[in-house]
Parts: sequence; C-alpha cells; structure tokens
Amino acid sequence: MTAKEQKRQPISTGSEWTFELIQAYDREISRIAARYALDTYPNQIEVITAEQMMDAYASVGMPLGYHHWSYGKHFLSTEKSYSRGQMGLAYEIVINSDPCIAYLMEENTICMQALVVAHACYGHNSFFKGNYLFRTWTDASSIIDYLVFAKQYIMQCEERHGIDAVEDLLDSCHALMNYGVDRYKRPYPISAEEERRRQKDREEHLQKQINDLWRTIPKGADKYSDKDNARFPAEPQENILYFIEKHAPLLEPWQREIVRIVRKIAQYFYPQRQTQVMNEGWATFWHYTLMNDLYDEGLVTDGFMMEFLTSHTSVVFQPGFDSPYYNGINPYTLGFAMYRDIRRMCESPTEEDYRWFPEIAGTDWLSSIKFAMSSFKDESFILQYLSPQVIRDLKLFSILDDDQKDDLLVPAIHDEDGYRTIRETLAAQYNLGNREPNIQIYSIDRRGDRSLTLRHQQHDRKPLGESTEEVLKHLHRLWGFDIHLETLQGDQLMKTHHVPPRSEHSEGEYGRLDLAVIHL
Amino acid sequence: MSYVIDRRLNGKNKSTVNRQRFLRRYRDHIKKAVEEAVSRRSITDMEHGEQISIPGRDIDEPVLHHGRGGKQTVVHPGNKEFTSGEHIARPPGGGGGRGPGKAGNSGEGMDEFVFQITQEEFLEFMFEDLELPNLVKRNLTGTDTFKTVRAGISNEGNPSRINIIRTLRSAHARRIALSGSSRAKLREAKEELLRLKLEEPDNFGDIQDIEAEIEKLSARIHRVPFLDTFDLKYNLLIKQPNPSSKAVMFCLMDVSGSMTQATKDIAKRFFILLYLFLKRNYDKIDVVFIRHHTSAREVDEEEFFYSRETGGTIVSSALKLMQEIMAERYPSNEWNIYAAQASDGDNWNDDSPICRDILINQIMPFVQYYTYVEITPREHQALWFEYERIAEAFSDTFAQQQLVSAGDIYPVFRELFQRRLVT
Repeated sequence: MTAKEQKRQPISTGSEWTFELIQAYDREISRIAARYALDTYPNQIEVITAEQMMDAYASVGMPLGYHHWSYGKHFLSTEKSYSRGQMGLAYEIVINSDPCIAYLMEENTICMQALVVAHACYGHNSFFKGNYLFRTWTDASSIIDYLVFAKQYIMQCEERHGIDAVEDLLDSCHALMNYGVDRYKRPYPISAEEERRRQKDREEHLQKQINDLWRTIPKGADKYSDKDNARFPAEPQENILYFIEKHAPLLEPWQREIVRIVRKIAQYFYPQRQTQVMNEGWATFWHYTLMNDLYDEGLVTDGFMMEFLTSHTSVVFQPGFDSPYYNGINPYTLGFAMYRDIRRMCESPTEEDYRWFPEIAGTDWLSSIKFAMSSFKDESFILQYLSPQVIRDLKLFSILDDDQKDDLLVPAIHDEDGYRTIRETLAAQYNLGNREPNIQIYSIDRRGDRSLTLRHQQHDRKPLGESTEEVLKHLHRLWGFDIHLETLQGDQLMKTHHVPPRSEHSEGEYGRLDLAVIHL
Repeated sequence: MSYVIDRRLNGKNKSTVNRQRFLRRYRDHIKKAVEEAVSRRSITDMEHGEQISIPGRDIDEPVLHHGRGGKQTVVHPGNKEFTSGEHIARPPGGGGGRGPGKAGNSGEGMDEFVFQITQEEFLEFMFEDLELPNLVKRNLTGTDTFKTVRAGISNEGNPSRINIIRTLRSAHARRIALSGSSRAKLREAKEELLRLKLEEPDNFGDIQDIEAEIEKLSARIHRVPFLDTFDLKYNLLIKQPNPSSKAVMFCLMDVSGSMTQATKDIAKRFFILLYLFLKRNYDKIDVVFIRHHTSAREVDEEEFFYSRETGGTIVSSALKLMQEIMAERYPSNEWNIYAAQASDGDNWNDDSPICRDILINQIMPFVQYYTYVEITPREHQALWFEYERIAEAFSDTFAQQQLVSAGDIYPVFRELFQRRLVT
C-alpha cells in the first residue's frame, strides 16, 4: 500500500447506497461544483423504483401528464423491453423546474447515484439555469403548477365532453405539436394561477374575435373595401397551433383551451430539442470533471472509479457508421468531446488552435466553456466551436445523397480542406429549421369556402414524409374546412395535397367559381 | 442545499390509466389478435397471456417530417477509407441503420408494435360479451362445503343454545295451563267462604270444609313448577350445504373413417374453448368424453382425441350412452349438464330420426345447453336437418353451427354463446 493510498479516506467503500451516503456525496460534489462556480437551482433528489422510473419515462419526462393513450403506448414498449432485459433504464431523469427535480433509481449502486447526482443535479441543472434558450423560453418556477392545471383541465373536459372527444382533439394537436412553437417571438411565461384566472375571460374574448373574423352579415356597400380581399393572415404563420387556437372557425372554447395547453407544453420542450448536444455534453463534461476531482481528493476508492469509468465510457461510446449499432451521432459523445476540446484549447493550445480559435486559445477555460454553454444552441455551438481536433478524433466525413445521381459523393472528410465543410454540414444537421419541413399557414379563404392553405417551402428537393396526409387529416379535424398544402421549390409549385382529396375533374373548382360569382 | 426524498412508497402505477386508454383505443386490434391466437394456439396453453402485435402504421402518431429523396448531406463518424471527392456506390436497399448514404434520422424502426397482455386480459377479451345461456345455478348437495344457519327453535339442544325468552314464555304458558282449573275453583271457594262468614257465621262445619278445600287447592297450585325441563327451548342451528355449482360437460365426437385428424383438431379446439368457458363459470367441472363410430365408448382425453378408428357412423349410439351416463352419474337436479357434439355430418341415414327422438325425449329436457358443430365444407346431410327440428323445439338450449376451418371456431363459438337477454 502506497503512502498516497493510505491518505485516502473514501466516503464509502461498498456498493450499497443509503440516504446518508447520497447526502454525503451530494455535499462533496456540491462543494467541488462551487469551486467551479456552477450556478444551479436548488436540487430535489427523489429516489424511485424501476416501475416508477418506467412511469416517468412514459410521460416523456413530465412529472405529471394528462392522460393520453400515446403515453400508455410508450409505457408498454418501455415495460416490454425492460422486462426482457433488452434495455436498461436511463439512470436518471431530470426536470427543468425550480427546484430542479432529479430521479435516482433504487437499483443503482452508490457509484451510479453519485454519478447521477453530478450529471443531473449539477450538470443539467446549471445548464437549465444558464443557457439563454431556457432562460428566455421556459419558466422553471411555474412548470409544475402549469402541468397540474393542464391535467385537471383536461380531466374536467373528459368528464364533460367524453373521453373520445378529448382524445381525438389531443391526437390532432399532438400531430401538429412541433408546429406549435414560436421560434422567434418570446412567449409569455406560463403561470398556472394566471391561466386559471384568465381562462374564462379568454374563452369569451376569443370567441368574440372569431366571430368578427368570420362575420358573414353583409356590410354596407360603401364600407366594402379592398381590406376584405386582403390575404389573411397578412404574413405567413409558422405557429400552426396558435393560429388554430385563435382563428379556427368551429372550435368550442374548451377545445381552444386544450390546443393552447398542448402548444404551451410544446413550447416548454422546444429548447430541449434545440440543445441536445450542448445539454448532454455539458452534463457529461461535469460529471467527468467532478468525479475525477473526488478521486483526486481521495474521497472515492479505485473500485468506485473503475465502475464510474465503465459507465462513462459506455455513455460516450460512438459506434462507427458501419457498425450494426450505429444510429447517428451520439450527442453525449459529440458534446463531451467539444467541451473537453475547448478546455484543452485553453489550457494547452497548439499552433492550429491559435489559427482556428484565436479568441479562446490560451484563455481561462472555465469562463470560456461557460460562455459557450450559455450563449448558443446546438446549431450555433457546433458552427462556433467544432474544432479540427474533434473532427479528426471522431473521423467525421460527409455523404451527399442526391436521388438524381447514381452514386453517392463524399464532399468532405476530416482533412484541412474539409474541416469547414464538415462543420457547416453538421451544424445545419442540428438546425431544427432544416430538420423539420418548413411549412407555414399561407392564407385562409375567408369569404369563400373557408379553406386553409399551407405552403411548404422545399429545400434541396426534400419531399414530405408519408404521414403528411394523416397530419393534414388531423389539421382538417381542427380547422373544420378544406385544407390545401402547396409544396414550392422557389416560386415553382411542385406538388399539392388536399384534404378532403380533390376529385380528378376538380369539381371543387367549379364550386368555387360559383361562390366567387355570388360574392361579386 | 439539496433535498433527498424517498418516493419509493409513492404509487407506482401512474401509467395504469394511460395503459387502459391504450387498450381501449386498440380494442379492435387486440380482439382480432386474441381471436387469431385462439385458433392458432395449441390447446394446452390456452391459459397464458398473449403477445399482441399491432401494425406499426396503425399506431404511429403522424408528424410532419422529411421523406427520403432530394439532396441530403449527412455527417457520419468513423471514416476509414473514404477520401474527399470520392464517388461510392449506393448501398443496396438503402434500409437498415448502417452504411453511408442513409440519413440517420429516417430510421423509422419497428414495423410492428408488440406488447404483452396478461392471461386475465386475454381471457377477458376472449370471453367478452359471452355468457352461457340459462346459466342456472342449481342448489346441489355438494359434498365439501357446509355452512351453519339458524333454523328456528327446537326442544333439544345443548345448554349454551337455550333461548331464554322462548323458554320462559313456554313455562308461563304451561303454568297457566296446568293451574287454570284449580285457580278457578280456588276463586269460587274463597267467594263461598266469604259468603258463609257473612250469612252463616255459625255454620262452622261448612266453613271448615271450605277452608280445607282452599288449602288443598293452594297447595296444588303451588306444586306446579316454575320451570320444567319440558319448557326448555333451544336455538336450532343446522348445516346447510353450500350451493356450489357443478357442471358436467359431455364431449361427443364422431371418430369414424370420414373424420380426418385435421377435422378432429378443429373439434378439439372447440371443446377446449367450451371447457375453458365453463371453468370460469363453475367451481367444479366433470368432463365426459364419448367417442363413437358404429358404437360408442366412454374414453379418456388422450384416446378421445388421438386414437384412430375406422368404420361407419351411428350417432345415436353416442347419444344412448350419454343418456345412460347421465342417468347413472349425473342426475340433472345436481348437475348442470352441457353437451357439445362434433361431427362431420355423416350418419347412417336411418339413424338420424332416432337421434332426434333420443335427444328430444331423453336428453334435451335435462341439459342446460347442447351444441352441435358440423365440421365440413360440404352440403348438410340428414343429421343436420333432423337437428334443425330439435333447434326449433328447444330454441333456448340447442344450437348448431357449421365450421369449415380452425379460424371459424371462435366466431362460431361466440355465435353459439352470444350473450342472451335474461329470459
């Protein structure tokens, strides 16, 4: 036994955990985190069983969700793969709330519990508090209250209007959930109390507005102006659910409220979808750093460290593109590698780093990575920080698949000529705007058949997926009248979808002519 | 500061409602899967849960997304041999999660959504809406369970069961009955004595007589006991057989040369289904297997289904045997009798009217339900038409159906045992 090991006074030696031990580890980790000045919400660590973890899973991380069959489906598939041992459960679930709730699973060893505490309670937690997207777009203090409100409201609706009616409505809303977010406008923070108080006013007010929009009583001839023929909405609308909530002609007030609830929840998850690499990379970086510090201080045993490293390596494992396990780029790996590399560039910069990152090479690493964490989302983070070193380490290369060509092209690989291209391509890959088809509400036919026209701006001739028709049916259910979807490449109309489908001889066109005559 | 909270004791079935919502939504799929499972499964494992798989496209939640096609550039890790500007052949199929040229985000994954339902749920789905018609639970003198019930008052019993009120009431009645005439005489004597003392105070002889008489009467009244053993009343408790419902199921099958193993297999599944169904409704079930060609024999299950026979067919032989067994072992006041007969419809022509006679006169009046399934793709023969006449006479308790393949069993079974309105 060496002198160094004799000096060690580990917090624990076994692998069993107790509440006291979790608290002891948390105290130490918190002390070390404070050294790095990690700013976090208070932590609420909850120990739960595997079954409860499956429940938490099924409700997509929401601590209280309203009831819906899709969560049941989620639960069944989790339960099946878990019970057959095909899949381990995630070690933790963490909720962006204040206090920050982290779930620890009962089955974990003390090493895993410490890892989760470092990862979730200090890593994710500080990310939630620090990243600009979370700061501007979600309100951690009110989310739980709002979810309670949403659950109760939807239960009341089920009692009043029947489970089927509510379920149909939720199905339709879920289909459009990704199009229920404001991408550029900061939403009001949600507050349950406020919602409850204003909900009644809103119902009446909304209905009045709708009635105005759809007023069919003829106005005096002199008042008839161009304004009535102006396109509505004046600008294309990206937030389809918002538009439905405010302008769908036939929805009942309670239906509008449910659309709103789904929209609000989508908005709450929006930052998470935009910061996957950054968020997981950040948490992984910190559990790695904090655990190593614990080891350096002699607070954990060698065995503990071995177990930790095993878990850590499996978390950041990146199978190659030709591996049977390959399923895209592992966000943990990419994020972790990037933060580590920022630290490396600050602490031991090379000539290359000075050339590529003159503004961070050789600076204080802590403030550099904190700046990187707080001011970017995945897309801009990669564009800003993906270094040649990381590209080389991961051996990144790109593949151009053009369906008009017979073979595939490799436009860039991890070499001097390719770094920038790879970086831009990878960043674009994390741009939600590119990943999701760009579909906006273009106009509604206010004076005619009340049909709703959407426009899909095609990018690189990428077609819409096969479930588009189904989604449009859902939209049709919400809107109540015909839906048209036009796909444009530039200004050229490529393809149209209609719900209900238009017949070959376009009888609809004649109908519309008649209507136009009447209105003239 | 962090708080560590133990939530393990909190409810764990938070997802139950969502699970039920899911089962509710996909009811039709699950029912169909259960139906298929019933006709596919071997009989011995009828009592398991079932793996239900629902086509992925039925269960998908649609979202707007990009399809494959157009120009897509994707970054992959782990380059080995590619150089920039290189052209490589498009990998065949384009599916799977590997190989370059396939966008990582278009991996739609599972084609089928697969999950488990429990055995309970399985049977629940299987028996849904079904109920045996005329499910009369007869009081049977079951042999195993009794319960003690109060059954009035008795004159005998043990002291701890004495009914005090009834005992005292009967003692009182007895005292009135036994001393009634003496009291009347005593009253008369006392009046006489009073009259004599007022009117004839000197008539000492009579007065003395009467005084003696009074004394005698008083003594006699006094001698009637307050409580006699005769008065004692006891609460009576008797053992009553617990009404338990017992059923016997007769399986009749034609094993003549015309019945192939495939046909027997179909019949077997029908019997099993019936057995399972009865098992859910009765505590105790006996099964009697009767096989017949030209003559009938009671056999065990193994022989019933698997041993081979050849020969002609006389259905009435089986019915006669069934009638004998019923009379001998299963009196209809103790047993709920069910019968299921399977055949390919062949019968010796002159025999069919005899079958009808036996059924109408000796079997149908005693059975709860009689089902006849004809497993044949061919035209009906005489037996079917004779049975049709029985069905007219006993429309509540007799049913016949035709099966062609194993897949038909379940629908037919449902048809036969369709939940009927309470009659």
